[in-house]
Amino acid sequence: MTDLMDRQDALERSAPTVVIDRNAPRPLLTQSRRALGGLRRDDLLTMGGAAVSAVCTALLLFGRVAPAAGAFGFALVAYGLFVITYALLVWLRDERPAVVDKVMAVLLGSAAVVAFVALFSVIFFTLWRGRAALGYANLYYRDMSEALPTDPLSAGGIGHAILGTLIMISLAIVLTVPLGLTCAVFLNETGSRAAGIVRTIVDAMTALPSILAGLFIFATWILILGFERSGLAAAISISIMMLPIIIRSADVVLRLVPGNLREASAALGAPQWRSVRHVVLPTARSGLATAVILGVARGLGETAPILLTAGFTATYNTNPLNGPMVSLPLATFDFVQSPQPALIARGFATGAVLMVVVLVLFAIARFIGGRPAGSVSKRQARRLAARSARDVQRFDERPMEAS
Amino acid sequence: MSMTMVYAAPAADLPAPTPRQLAAPAGVGDKIFTRVTLLTGLIVLGVMAAVGLFLSIEASQALRSTGTSFLTTSEWFPDRNQFGIAAVLTGTVAIAVVAVGIALPLSMGTALFITQVAPPKLRSTLVSLVDLMAAVPSVLYGLWGLFFFQGQVIGVSRWISTWFSWIPLFRVTGAEPGSPLSNQTVFTASAFIAGVVVSLMVMPIQCSIMREVFSQVPIGEREGAYALGATRWGMIRIVALPFGRGGIIGGTMLGLGRALGETIAVLLIISPRFDINFHILEAGGNSVSTLIALRYKEATGFGLSALMAAGLALFALTLVVNFTASAFVARSRSGASSEA
Repeated sequence: MTDLMDRQDALERSAPTVVIDRNAPRPLLTQSRRALGGLRRDDLLTMGGAAVSAVCTALLLFGRVAPAAGAFGFALVAYGLFVITYALLVWLRDERPAVVDKVMAVLLGSAAVVAFVALFSVIFFTLWRGRAALGYANLYYRDMSEALPTDPLSAGGIGHAILGTLIMISLAIVLTVPLGLTCAVFLNETGSRAAGIVRTIVDAMTALPSILAGLFIFATWILILGFERSGLAAAISISIMMLPIIIRSADVVLRLVPGNLREASAALGAPQWRSVRHVVLPTARSGLATAVILGVARGLGETAPILLTAGFTATYNTNPLNGPMVSLPLATFDFVQSPQPALIARGFATGAVLMVVVLVLFAIARFIGGRPAGSVSKRQARRLAARSARDVQRFDERPMEAS
Repeated sequence: MSMTMVYAAPAADLPAPTPRQLAAPAGVGDKIFTRVTLLTGLIVLGVMAAVGLFLSIEASQALRSTGTSFLTTSEWFPDRNQFGIAAVLTGTVAIAVVAVGIALPLSMGTALFITQVAPPKLRSTLVSLVDLMAAVPSVLYGLWGLFFFQGQVIGVSRWISTWFSWIPLFRVTGAEPGSPLSNQTVFTASAFIAGVVVSLMVMPIQCSIMREVFSQVPIGEREGAYALGATRWGMIRIVALPFGRGGIIGGTMLGLGRALGETIAVLLIISPRFDINFHILEAGGNSVSTLIALRYKEATGFGLSALMAAGLALFALTLVVNFTASAFVARSRSGASSEA
């Protein structure tokens, strides 16, 4: 006890009187922020070492364990060896939980790597095999009516398929976008009792295999009603595919609009249609645009329903009501089934054109969408501020009524 | 006290206050709005229900004439009244199971990597890439599978069949393990290859649902696990995975539904055959949608009805799978916001 008192005493005596000077510069912190995650040099070296060792061992083993298994098999074997070597290296220094943690992090990361390598391999393989045909300008505006299957790439083209895709997708957009968005508003805003049933049915229809949408139109429109195969029939069959996709994603987006915005609008005396028109839809604009664009991208790539409903033609057809029409995916599918190398090259080029269109649409969707409902860009915020400033001015200039 | 009395007294003379009418009469604009949206909803309902009803009505003719043998016959000769979906449906299921078996670890790993492991700066890019995978048209996956991937994977097929042919699933009739260069063709156009290609299409759907769920893991529980000394994988195992179980099951089944209905990629890769074949590495296989795409052209009225019946069976299967999936997603804790 006494020595504790002594120490206290000593502390008090030794403690200098601190006068806090508020204007003095604060002392710099000597501690730096500790990095909690991320890779250290040590981790990178371990991983690199494991990778090199795995590749070498795989080269050594490959002839024996996996005879003639090709490059893909080699990659598989090397990967397995890499994981084992890496686990061993980490185990030399770390406890068991840390080993498991590091090995699992590598496994999770490699799942992502495999998926993205596959994606880029699909994209680049299509562009690579199509590169010969993509260089010819005639590909983009000629059709195949005068080109024989054996003709070189300088003859013929896929202009008719590009035009057909444009016509079909425009018709499908005209059919689905107003219907889809209004239906999403119906599901979210009206509180109707029918909304539950409609939502269930729409959910069910997202499960409809695309070929059945084509078969449905083929059996009704073409066989029973007796119309011929045409761009319109194809557009209707894609619309049946696109409609549930658009409704579902627009429904999700509208659900994210904060309820207090609706209430504020109602409290200001706006009728419901005005709050939907001026509050709910503008708030969700970017999300709705994304929903529509992704639906359109999906519709563009649909092949199966078009196969049954559009027919096939080698010439330009601008009339969607009359005569067969062809689209980019259908042309791709048709070209690559031929044994002629020139036609296969054209098929890949067609696929590449289709892919570029989809990629561009996707980039646009990311550019305007990708923000949560209600958040605005700087320019939009400035425009909104300017508008409300104008409103304030308008109110100020209004003649005051005598009370 | 008396003050209150003074104020209260005149109020007693007034008629008893009635509650104010809160609902205003709907204006013309609102009436139109309600009617139009309701009409749109009903149109969508009508169109969607018409597809389902029409398929069932058309299919009933074929179903009546075959009865239960529709489920047990593997041949497809509608003109001889001898047809069934035993082969095509098992083929469809085989391809879908291979696809989901490959896509499940990939999508789960990717979803966990994006939400828990990857640096936050990278996250939105990775999410965009997964969405891009979903947007790539299926015909391009088919092209890639047919012209590129098949050549790469045959070696692996051969290796599996050489070492594991004692498992009936991996047996390949006609393969000679001794001669490495003979008959490549017994391994091409198999359900396995089609399944791998379909798995790439299925993976982004599964991944986006799982990512959504994993990103909602309550931060309190996450940090709690770390505070108790869990490693990152320990946290994933005891917090993220149990929390996301509903999303994992639901996402997997949604992917399964998509895999069951895939047409063009399978049509490009597989060579159709009409017998029940569980040897997934062996050349040839079939699926319902491939059958429809191949046979609709020469189908007569009755043949078309038979195709509709096959399509209806497929639709029923995907419907069951999808609704089970949404039930799992809705009932799990994953969907609810956390109270922590």
